[in-house]
Amino acid sequence: MGAIVAEKLAKRFGNVHALEDVSFKVSKGELFGFLGPNGAGKTTTINILTGLARPDTGAISISGIDCTHSPKAAQGLIGVVPDESNLYPELTGFDNLCFCASLYGLKKSDRVSRAAELLRSLGLAEAASRKFGGYSKGMKRKLTIAAGIIHNPPILFLDEPTTGIDVASARQIRQLISGLNRSGTTILLTTHYIEEAERLCSRIAFIASGKIIKTDTIENLIQPAKEKNVMEITLSKRAKISFESMASAFPNLSLSCPEDGRIRVESGEPIRAGVLVRYLEENGHEVMEARRIHPSLEDVFVRITGIEAGAMKKEREKSIL
Amino acid sequence: MKTWIAFWNIILKDMRAYYLKPPNISWGIIFPLAWTGMFFIRSGGGFDGVLDLLPGLMAISILFGTTSMLAVTVTFEKKGKSFDRLLLAPIPLGVLMLAKTSGAIVFGIANAFVPVAMACFFFDLSRVGWLTALPAVILIAVSSTFLGLFIAVSVSEVFEAQTFSNFFRFPMIFLCGLFFPIERLPFFIKPLSYIFPLTYGADILHGAFNRAHIMPLGLDFVLLGAFCVFLFLWSYRNIKKRWIM
Repeated sequence: MGAIVAEKLAKRFGNVHALEDVSFKVSKGELFGFLGPNGAGKTTTINILTGLARPDTGAISISGIDCTHSPKAAQGLIGVVPDESNLYPELTGFDNLCFCASLYGLKKSDRVSRAAELLRSLGLAEAASRKFGGYSKGMKRKLTIAAGIIHNPPILFLDEPTTGIDVASARQIRQLISGLNRSGTTILLTTHYIEEAERLCSRIAFIASGKIIKTDTIENLIQPAKEKNVMEITLSKRAKISFESMASAFPNLSLSCPEDGRIRVESGEPIRAGVLVRYLEENGHEVMEARRIHPSLEDVFVRITGIEAGAMKKEREKSIL
Repeated sequence: MKTWIAFWNIILKDMRAYYLKPPNISWGIIFPLAWTGMFFIRSGGGFDGVLDLLPGLMAISILFGTTSMLAVTVTFEKKGKSFDRLLLAPIPLGVLMLAKTSGAIVFGIANAFVPVAMACFFFDLSRVGWLTALPAVILIAVSSTFLGLFIAVSVSEVFEAQTFSNFFRFPMIFLCGLFFPIERLPFFIKPLSYIFPLTYGADILHGAFNRAHIMPLGLDFVLLGAFCVFLFLWSYRNIKKRWIM
């Protein structure tokens, strides 16, 4: 029995297909990642799974409870951290947490002790009596996460948990997510940060334009790329290289130029760096660096989805601004 | 038990966050005071006419107090997405809506007694049928609050909530028989009076204060209750349809 099971989910908003035939299963205790650019359908999927939206077709099960037509049935088992910090600006951090705990029926003494514990563990104890509206972005995000786990849910949905916050806060949140998962919480995390998905998740689904393109463990996703040898050579000047002559000199290598002054070499066989460096220097180029590239999830994501990692990075920069 | 912990805490949170804020307390006092002063001067009937004015002042105080507060606070929470937090809680939607509206109902009832508190310093109000007036005040507060909820669910911006509220409130004030008897309205406008819940609430209050009701009080109560149920169910349907998409 999966902790979260989605079968053939579809959702349309007018003429836009937000989700098409989305199916996946998250096992108990797993940290499952949904990786895709903005507008890919990540938030729509979370909204449907948590009961904030209804699917046009498809079925949902949370902890074995069929929630397709009765989303309230499993809401006591889940915690949700939305992509926006949506607590009450006019309440203090402490009052916000106590209020959120009361929504899940916690008794007053439990609410108070749990709120104090979370504020302490997230480094917000000193800001507990300050109004949420006056918190910084990172503090707001941390308190929103605390509100999502105040009732100790066995299943947690995290929608873009580190988007738009500073590096230190993001790091602290990632540590918190890992800790929660280690303690047994099943987590579904959406992100457009490839490194975050790679660092945190055991399994990942690539989603783009409302469709799941690939789902697998990180090892399995990266494995095909590992079988390929990749080397990147950096030249001293942003000089143009004659690929035709270089390709004829090394017919077994696949050559590309990601940008001026950089050469990317790929091969199924081990690449001999010395030969390449000598060739380039004999042809008037000064080689600054030649290094082997270890395959990353980013390479796999780009290859599978066709979405350039640069586009994802731009989204990240935009969200930070 | 868990549901009622949530229910009670939603009411307490709304009280602290909205209804007991100094600007809203002052609005709840000044607004009925201003209406009282305005109609007292306008009526020209001196102190003798106050008992005729009181039902109208109470009803208007409730109508404006409840619709203004609820339409704005719910729209504000929906816009800021904090309402989603309530929708995600394991509470039945009907209970959640009752919790969100209870604060406004209490606020409306409290507003109704501002003109009464003023009047009781100058007049003997012992002849008023309070056993009839009190349930009427509660039902007017409930129906007006649910009207506010209906408005809040129909719009997406706070300013739209205010504009849309006035679309109902002002025709209601002039057509529900509070200040102008329905019999004296032009015949083609009269049917409009009967589509407003406040018409039936005002009739009960006129009956309780001056025995000047025009319909059987039992029928007024039944129709006012029916409006409450209809507005609640309509808002419930709208929330499911528009907010849980």
